[in-house]
Amino acid sequence: MAFMTVPLALLGLLEREPSYGYDLKRDYDAYFGRDKPLQFGQVYATLSRLTRDGKVAPGEIEPGGGPDRKLYAITDGGKHEFETWLRQPIDPAPHLQTDLFVKVVFALMLGRSAERYLDVQRAAHLRRMRELTALKRKGDLVDTLLADHGLFHLEADLRWIDMTAARLPALAEVVSS
Amino acid sequence: MSGTNALAVVVPSRCLLEARDVFYDFGETPALRGASLSVAEGEILAVMGPSGSGKSTLLYALAGILAPKHGEVDFDGQRLDTMREEQRSRLRRERFGFVFQFGQLVPELTAEENVALPLLLGGTRREEALRVARTWFERLELEGLERQRAGEMSGGQAQRVALARGLVAHPKVLFADEPTGSLDSLTGELVMELLVTTAREEGTTVVLVTHEPRVAAYADREVIVRDGRAVTSAPVAG
Repeated sequence: MAFMTVPLALLGLLEREPSYGYDLKRDYDAYFGRDKPLQFGQVYATLSRLTRDGKVAPGEIEPGGGPDRKLYAITDGGKHEFETWLRQPIDPAPHLQTDLFVKVVFALMLGRSAERYLDVQRAAHLRRMRELTALKRKGDLVDTLLADHGLFHLEADLRWIDMTAARLPALAEVVSS
Repeated sequence: MSGTNALAVVVPSRCLLEARDVFYDFGETPALRGASLSVAEGEILAVMGPSGSGKSTLLYALAGILAPKHGEVDFDGQRLDTMREEQRSRLRRERFGFVFQFGQLVPELTAEENVALPLLLGGTRREEALRVARTWFERLELEGLERQRAGEMSGGQAQRVALARGLVAHPKVLFADEPTGSLDSLTGELVMELLVTTAREEGTTVVLVTHEPRVAAYADREVIVRDGRAVTSAPVAG
């Protein structure tokens, strides 16, 4: 249960205050759905499952009708599940095997230019970093924090790319032996 | 001996500054070995590469600080490499601005006097030079620091004063060599944000030497210098 799921996100938003489905979607999209906004159908299907599992309690349908007029509240069971998730550290992904590494090894093994591959990869990473920097420059603080996370990870990859480029002759000997 | 690049350098508009097959050495140590690159007018170009790759030497050659041992450098239709030193010196003063990593401000002078220096060197009267210098303090979020001695400012403040000094005479090209190299991430980000914003407003072309990808990401494109050659360049549109 390391990664945040949509049910967990909705539980977290509901712990703040009882909410309508529309408000949950709006807040989810603002903070967590920049790349992939929630569909209304998914919001109500998730709330329905959380209700069935006793994590959420729906209120009465208010006058005006429609599913959006139902106020949802988190239950003690829901609070417990969310609290348990929030306390757990996520896995510091070790990324011991990456596509970058696999491509470098195959390039060396098969006599292709690993350096050329690394140059192309570096250019692709830097291009993505420019996009994220542009997003950060025109966005708000949430955009900045999300873009920073991407930028630091891409930078880590780039450091690996540069170190690997410097170690290619030694790695070529290992691969060909 | 050919210094032709492995990849063609794609530029988005009129070429303002160009190095062709440039060689330079420090005694026995070769620094540039056939470096070629073009910088378009209004472009912000990042020059990246590992330590000792020759990226700063390439910047100095482009800025007319070093005369290449071989090869050509053109700026706005003029050959820099064959120009006499006093001509290059005037060109540097009038058309180029500079921001370096450290030690570029005169510590005994106030911030506004430091910013005014390029104007004073260009013959502007002191009062006028200081008046123009002061207009830069708000743009670079330095209000209130006009009379502060440069030696008493934080690293981030000093770099912003240096940036104001680099741009105060409206140079055609701003050369920035590791401008955030001595700053923490957040301060470096502010300096880069202001550098890019003001350069765009002024229409100034920027050649930015950095080894930090997050700094290079503020540029329109990057060139990688390796073993004294500009080996890679990605076009703006990718």
